[in-house]
Amino acid sequence: MESSAASVPITSSEIDADLIRRTLRVMIISRTLESKLSSLYKAGKIVGGVYLGTGQEAFSASLGCCLDQDKDIFAPLIRDQAGRTGFGEPLIEATRTYLGSALGPMRGRDGNIHRGRPAERRPAMISHLGTSVSVVAGMLMARRMKGELLEVVGATCVGDGATSTGAFHEGLNLAAVEKLPIVVLVADNQFAYSTPRERQFACENLVDRARGYGVTGREVDATNLLECLTVVHEAVKAARAGEGPQMVVGKLLRLCGHGEHDDASYVAPELKDSKLGRDCLEIGIQQVVEEGLATADEVELWKKEAAEEVQEAVANAQTDPGPDPYRDDWRAFSSKGINS
Amino acid sequence: MSVTYIDAIHQAQRDLLAERDDVFLYGQDIGGFGGAFKATKGLLEEFPGRVMDSPISEDAMVGMAIGAAISGMRPIVEMQFADFSSIAFNQIANHAGTHYYRTGIPVPITVRLPCGGTPGSGPFHSQMVETLYAHYPGIIVATPATVSDAYHLLKESVEIDDPVVFCEHKFLYRWLKTTEIDPDPLPLGMARITRPGKHATVVTYSAMVHEAVRAADRLAKEGWEIEVVDLRSVKPLDMDTVIASVARTGRLLALGEAFPWGGVTAEVVSRVVAEGFHLLDAPPLRLNSKDTPIPYHPDLWAAHRPTPESILEKLRELLNL
Repeated sequence: MESSAASVPITSSEIDADLIRRTLRVMIISRTLESKLSSLYKAGKIVGGVYLGTGQEAFSASLGCCLDQDKDIFAPLIRDQAGRTGFGEPLIEATRTYLGSALGPMRGRDGNIHRGRPAERRPAMISHLGTSVSVVAGMLMARRMKGELLEVVGATCVGDGATSTGAFHEGLNLAAVEKLPIVVLVADNQFAYSTPRERQFACENLVDRARGYGVTGREVDATNLLECLTVVHEAVKAARAGEGPQMVVGKLLRLCGHGEHDDASYVAPELKDSKLGRDCLEIGIQQVVEEGLATADEVELWKKEAAEEVQEAVANAQTDPGPDPYRDDWRAFSSKGINS
Repeated sequence: MSVTYIDAIHQAQRDLLAERDDVFLYGQDIGGFGGAFKATKGLLEEFPGRVMDSPISEDAMVGMAIGAAISGMRPIVEMQFADFSSIAFNQIANHAGTHYYRTGIPVPITVRLPCGGTPGSGPFHSQMVETLYAHYPGIIVATPATVSDAYHLLKESVEIDDPVVFCEHKFLYRWLKTTEIDPDPLPLGMARITRPGKHATVVTYSAMVHEAVRAADRLAKEGWEIEVVDLRSVKPLDMDTVIASVARTGRLLALGEAFPWGGVTAEVVSRVVAEGFHLLDAPPLRLNSKDTPIPYHPDLWAAHRPTPESILEKLRELLNL
């Protein structure tokens, strides 16, 4: 059982400058994309909802960037644009899904953050929280049965609210019983929609639950990029080394509403002004510049590049055709000849 | 030699494990213990690593199966009782059922549900749940009534790329026997005329097929020839066979062991009325269980579900309309 202190020194040489720089760039891209998505929503260009990960980028991106895009499994939740980008999801998949393009991975049949490419080890989440834990466990068990587990790691993310679900409990317990190489990130972002954490659970700290499941628990100040990378990297490495399920609890504050329809007026100003309310992106930039891993000019360049990439992804998706209700096959079965 | 319904389910799983490397079994007490109904007896020894005990976590059992299925496996999940699949409802209906339409990737899972009543099982070990799953898009619901269908439909369920809820009736497990599995099965999606007749059609499925045949046999002594149609699967629902039968008889009784509000019998009546109104010589009737939880006491239980006597009574009503 490990529990990191508030400030974790970077001890691993595997957290090299390239990984840190890449993670920060991913955070910048994610923030830029989400800011654009918010604008599009407010301009009425996106129907349904827009769900952002503002303030959670360091935690989420650390996971996406620590995973191996060529063999690992990543099942993100609703505030994981940064993790998705870090794991290699092209921006166009986000913009196409939000804008309802027929060419996106969900072809207009599902929207916003309910997207993925399961064949590329990126399952498409459903809205029911906690359900991805067992799905990732099954993806890992399939590989184990086929003799293809070979240091593959499966990862998924939840928030503090999802830890109250039966699905989360059942899934993590199952993964622990099977000693699977799964990493579960818990973003303890203080609110599940509007419900504060004290109405969500009674334990002092969610990381304490790890012991009960028989999994390794770690805790991290999720506003701190370098700390996130260090701790998440440790967890991914431990899972890959066969040490069983790893749970990492990130302490932070959601710096946005549940969705862009929600002004989050229920968040007390004192909480916003507290240490939890710090912006991980500002801190990350500061850390990277102070450590001499990038210059302020480089960071500005990354922001400019991110704006261009986002603009291109939005523009391309906006010119895509939408789904055609007259051409949809309206079939929920893949098998030919099976009808209702 | 005789083969029981549960033997057929056991044999289908054994053959699937032997024939396909991608099949595995997952469920509570199915490993060394062989399952609550012994549907997996001896299979762990024969196929080590491919028959696994699960925690009592129906949601995670099916979630795990979904993850394995989209990674190239063909899991068979055994729910200890169909009633407990309510805990897995979300993963079955919202996750497995939506997956192909949303992502283009099918989810070839088979969820075995020991369903239906046996005396003394009470409200939580007796339910019929086919309606729940058939209501949701993307889920095939198989309801075998015969030993051979239990074997062949289970094999077909696993081989099909879409999720299948396999409703196997516990009442049939031990007493329903045949000498050998029929080597020439009907495909999934095709109903069977179990008993030909010309005066009225009973459309039913699962254990009620046998109760309907008993009622029909009694009426035969009075000169009535009742046709019994076994749906075999309630989704797909083979309306061609149903309509053809109603065209012959002009009278329909839709019979099921499930609760009466909505459900398969209502669907059958609704479709026959819409598609074959002109074929009907009398209003179609339905017979289901009573609209209460399933009682424990054998006397109450036997009166809760349709019986040959209550089916007979309903058929007389239909024939006199």
